[in-house]
Amino acid sequence: MSELLIKSVFQENLALSFFLGICTFLAVSKRVDTAVGLGLAVIVVQAITVPLNYLIFNLLLLEGAWAWAGLPEVDLTFLKLVSFIGVIAAMVQILEMTLDRFAPRLYRALGIFLPLITVNCAILGGSLFMVERRYDFGESVVYGIGSGVGWALAIITFAAIRERLKYSDMPKGVEGLASAFIVTGLMSLGFSAFALVTP
Amino acid sequence: MSLKHHLISPLIGNNPITLQILGICSALAVTTTLSTAITMSVALTVVLCLSGGVISLMRHHIPPSIRLIIQITIVASIVIVIDQFMQAFMFEMSKRLSIFVGLIVTNCLVLGRAEAFAMRNPVVPSALDGLGNGLGYSLILLIVGTLREFLGTGGLLGVPLVKTVAEGGWFEPLGLMQLAPSAFFILGLMVWLVRVLRPEQVERPEFRLETAEDRRP
Repeated sequence: MSELLIKSVFQENLALSFFLGICTFLAVSKRVDTAVGLGLAVIVVQAITVPLNYLIFNLLLLEGAWAWAGLPEVDLTFLKLVSFIGVIAAMVQILEMTLDRFAPRLYRALGIFLPLITVNCAILGGSLFMVERRYDFGESVVYGIGSGVGWALAIITFAAIRERLKYSDMPKGVEGLASAFIVTGLMSLGFSAFALVTP
Repeated sequence: MSLKHHLISPLIGNNPITLQILGICSALAVTTTLSTAITMSVALTVVLCLSGGVISLMRHHIPPSIRLIIQITIVASIVIVIDQFMQAFMFEMSKRLSIFVGLIVTNCLVLGRAEAFAMRNPVVPSALDGLGNGLGYSLILLIVGTLREFLGTGGLLGVPLVKTVAEGGWFEPLGLMQLAPSAFFILGLMVWLVRVLRPEQVERPEFRLETAEDRRP
């Protein structure tokens, strides 16, 4: 378990080695405080949706899941994309309402980022990896938390680098998007050194 | 704005990847070889073109408050068809693309064009806009895929073009090209190149640095 946790945070970091959620990663990393808010929201949503999608996939969609109802040959796995994205959208909506009711300050701080999480490919990607790698329930809980933490770690570090970076005197054309790509590349190179880490 | 404009402008002038910053995730992940890049380009172009057309067809009947959910459901249905098609007829390729075909659902390019264009334009321009953006995306993917596969393995589409050192030739394959960081570097350098050629695309800096020349009276 701890091996899977470390692997999902560092070696198989969703943002830096699978390029998931890079659009949001580049767009919402100009300031550290917004990056922290978004990172926390991603951890929460990821930790809930991956195990939830595990239950839905194994109890409703997998071939033979309807055997108790006398329909052993029903195979609904082709519906996994629609049901996963539906679960994610619903989860984000519920989280939004809960935060609005019980933690209005955090809700206002997160603002537009909460609904944006629905279309963050790191969230759907986490659930799809869970299916592809056949994790069991315990592993999917750990993977959900680990991959969320990994993504948050990447965006917070990147935002911190980027805040310093705006004082640098770069050649014309590199400043902005091109520099963001190159810095992310260097970070990804750094993270690949974690491949040597074993728990 | 002519119909041709929708098709041509996203190629370089308004490219979805280098200017609009949309759809980058998949662009980076599937470019280790040229063949996966081609397959992904075709799949995404088809999805963009169809979803643009379908969403534009339904645009007067979609209530604004739940439009995102409806758009995602339409896109997801189209992606499921593509995914099932690939599993049936190109199983090897669909294994290699792993989850990235499914991730077209959350590709910001598809939703971005649906939201920005298809929701308020007629069917034909919307489908053409989807096709044009799909081609713009494909163009970048093909360039990155060609560079990464050629420099990383010395061949294209699995066919060796130059002899590598291991086979007694002169070409030393760059292992880095097959790893994640190189995709970021190549895309960063491409954005730089496009912005040097077209300076109007550079985003306005938040403030300007004062250099030694500025201080000189």
